[in-house]
Amino acid sequence: MIRIVLPYHLRVLAHVGSEVELDVERPVTQCSVLDALEARYPMLRGTIRDQSTQQRRAFLRFFACERDLSHEPADTPLPDRVVSGHEPLIILGAIAGG
Amino acid sequence: MSQVRVLVGTRKGAFILTADGKREHWEVSGPHFAGWELYHLKGSPADPNRLYASQSSGWFGQLIQRSDDGGKTWEPVGNKFEYDGIPGTHQWYDGTAHPWEFKRVWHLEPSLTDPDVVYAGIEDAALFRSSDAGQTWQELSGLRGHGSGPGWQPGAGGMCLHTIILDPTDPARIFIAISAAGAFRSDDGGKTWQPINKGLYSKYIPNPTAEVGHCVHHVAMHPSRPGVLFMQKHWDVMRSDDAGDSWREISGNLPTDFGFVIDVHAHEPETIYVVPIKSDSEHYVHEGKLRVFRSRSGGNEWEPLTNGLPQSNCYVNVLRDAMAVDKLDECGVYFGTSGGQVYVSPDAGDTWSPIVRDLPAVLSVEVQTLA
Repeated sequence: MIRIVLPYHLRVLAHVGSEVELDVERPVTQCSVLDALEARYPMLRGTIRDQSTQQRRAFLRFFACERDLSHEPADTPLPDRVVSGHEPLIILGAIAGG
Repeated sequence: MSQVRVLVGTRKGAFILTADGKREHWEVSGPHFAGWELYHLKGSPADPNRLYASQSSGWFGQLIQRSDDGGKTWEPVGNKFEYDGIPGTHQWYDGTAHPWEFKRVWHLEPSLTDPDVVYAGIEDAALFRSSDAGQTWQELSGLRGHGSGPGWQPGAGGMCLHTIILDPTDPARIFIAISAAGAFRSDDGGKTWQPINKGLYSKYIPNPTAEVGHCVHHVAMHPSRPGVLFMQKHWDVMRSDDAGDSWREISGNLPTDFGFVIDVHAHEPETIYVVPIKSDSEHYVHEGKLRVFRSRSGGNEWEPLTNGLPQSNCYVNVLRDAMAVDKLDECGVYFGTSGGQVYVSPDAGDTWSPIVRDLPAVLSVEVQTLA
């Protein structure tokens, strides 16, 4: 089971709590996790990555296991502790703006 | 008993203000979509319970929300706005070619007859249409494909298509306006377009009378006279009596003719309203006084409407989509400010009072007149 932490506004939008748990087929990558997340919560389509280009939105980051994975290729396998469910994949909004 | 429902989009959410026909006591609902920018909300004239809302954020992009119960509950619908074909380029601020990129939806215009049909004006400027209540969107690419498209340039607020007017007497006729390309008209349901900017004079562009390149801020029409258009341009208030084929200035005795909003009285097609703003360098009302100006002669002769509005130390702006009128026997006029006030006049502008004073900055105001 993959654990995902969403930023506040996306939790509200998807009507979920502090963490989402998803079954994701292996290999578990950023792309496959986001595919599964958007399939379960269609209202999130376009909010984390652009629907046409699949590029991560500029003001969001992907953290896990105390690492910034934002610039990893989307098909890179996520860390084992994320795949095993010990650590969440954290989707974080930039701390900026008024 | 008649009722009015005012839909307010702000920098930090949407608010719905309701009152009976007296428009004295208001119920305030919101914030809906708290923390998000709501550029525009509008109800379907064919089904007043069907509302559409443009919800966006710099972090999470664009969402479209739909309500089928007058704003009590909302459902996110389609938010994929993909340009038709290879988008190409327009001009950037520095004159270089810049790829067309979707940024946000500025304006939603529901069909006059079909609640499932709605148009969206977006940045970078293009017109989209949905015929399935917002689930999917298709570009009417004849507009962006107009020969002048590669030469369009953004205004300071972005290259936005912010005005969409549907002709109630001719379903094939649509008017739109873009900052800073100008106004355009389609006579075939949006397949082909022609610029309608003859008579506009903009000294901030190399050719002040160019066919395109004018920073049109807003256009308004009275439904009983769809050939008469009123325009608030960057500078100048303009009028056309031939569906945009030609324009003439009607700024007359306004203290300044810079501004954003313009609207028409619901029952008097020659009565129009503007809120003059000091200048394009100082986006707040002139002389610290919040004044709506009304012309009852279709322009040129303007009277300040001040009763109930602050007349000192006021430095707010009123953005292009932030004025609306209701259709009650005594026409109500509404506007929202960058300071978070929404004002109502239940007597066509003679007296004003705030419905709310402390909302986030107001981006848009629309009103529905309910039976």
